[in-house]
Amino acid sequence: MNAESLIQAVRERFPQAVESSYAYRRDATIVVRRESLLPLAKALKEDPAFQMSFLIDLTAVDYSAFGKKPATAFFASSGVGVRPSMGIEAEEPWPGPPSARFAVVYHFLSLPLKQRLRVEVLVSEESPEVDSLTPLWGAANWLEREVWDMFGIRFQGHPDLKRILMYEEFEGHPLRKDYPVKKRQPLIGPVN
Amino acid sequence: MSSEAGFFTTKLEEAIGWARKYSIFQYPFVTACCGMEYMATACSHYDVDRFGAGLPRFSPRQADVLFVVGTISHKMAPVLKRLYDQMAEPKWVVAFGVCTCTGGFYDNYATVMGIDTILPVDVYIPGCPPRPESVLDGLIKLQDRIQKQHETGDRPAPEPRPEFPV
Repeated sequence: MNAESLIQAVRERFPQAVESSYAYRRDATIVVRRESLLPLAKALKEDPAFQMSFLIDLTAVDYSAFGKKPATAFFASSGVGVRPSMGIEAEEPWPGPPSARFAVVYHFLSLPLKQRLRVEVLVSEESPEVDSLTPLWGAANWLEREVWDMFGIRFQGHPDLKRILMYEEFEGHPLRKDYPVKKRQPLIGPVN
Repeated sequence: MSSEAGFFTTKLEEAIGWARKYSIFQYPFVTACCGMEYMATACSHYDVDRFGAGLPRFSPRQADVLFVVGTISHKMAPVLKRLYDQMAEPKWVVAFGVCTCTGGFYDNYATVMGIDTILPVDVYIPGCPPRPESVLDGLIKLQDRIQKQHETGDRPAPEPRPEFPV
C-alpha cells in the first residue's frame, strides 16, 4: 500500500475525521479533527487493515512564527548549497502552515504491513488540549509529558501529566516561539 | 636536596604536597559526550596512572578532585553543588570540556554557562572534547597547584577563565 492509497483507506474509514492530507516522498500525512483523534488512533492500532502497532514519535510544532522571517540555512555559511531537491515531485503537495497555532504530530508505524502514517492534530492557542493516547500506546506517556513540558499542550486522560525535562520550578514552556530566547531561570547561581 | 652524606632532607609540607599530587583520587562527574574522551584518557593508551590518578572513586567522600565532565544543565546544578559540598577538604575542581568552562556552544534556557558560576574551579581544560594530551596537561597543571598549595600554605588564585572569540 503506498502513501496515496493509505490516505484513501483512512479517508474511507473516517470520512468525517480527516480534515486534509498530503503526501511527499511516500510519506503519508493526514490532518485529523481533534475530537476524532482517539477513535481514529484506536482503529489505526487495532484494525487489521492498518495494524499501526508502533508509536514512533509524538511531538508538536509551534507555527506562530512560521514564515515571519526567512529561515537561515544551517549550512549556508559553510558554502554547502541548501535547496530543496527537485528530484521527486509531490503528488499531493503540502497545503502550507495551518491556521491554528500548534500542531501535535504523531508518527505511526505498522511493523507487519511495513507502512508509516503521520497524523497531525491542530490545536488552538486558546485551548491547547488533546486527548491522551496513553491508553493505547504506553510510549505516549513520556512523549506527551515532553510536549506538555516544551509546548504547554495538555493531554486529557494522561495519568501523570507533569514536566519531564525541565524542573518543576521552571516557568513557561521553552519551545514556544514566544518564550524569550535570552530568558534564564537557574535554580542556583547567577542568572547568565 | 640530597647531601654529601647520603641522606635526604625536605620540608614536611613539600613532602605532603608531593605525595598528594601523585595520589589523586578523582570523582568523574560525567554527564555528556566528554565522558568518552575522559575514558580514553583513563585507559591504558594514555594511562593517567602515570600521574597517580588511576583510581577514580565513585563516592564524593573518598575523592579529592572533582572532574566535571560534560554539559551541566540548570536542573543538574544543585546536584553538582551538593556533591562538591560532600567532598572533604582538601578538594579541587577540574572543568573538563568547553561546556563546563563557559557553556560552550550552548546559550539557551537549559545550560549553566560555565560551572565557575556555582563552584570554584582550579583548572580549565577547554576543547570539544579536549584531546587526551590537553587532559594530561590539565592534570599536570593541577598537580602543580596541589604542590604549590602545600609549599605556600594557601590556595593559588584560580586560573583565569579562558576567553573564546564569539
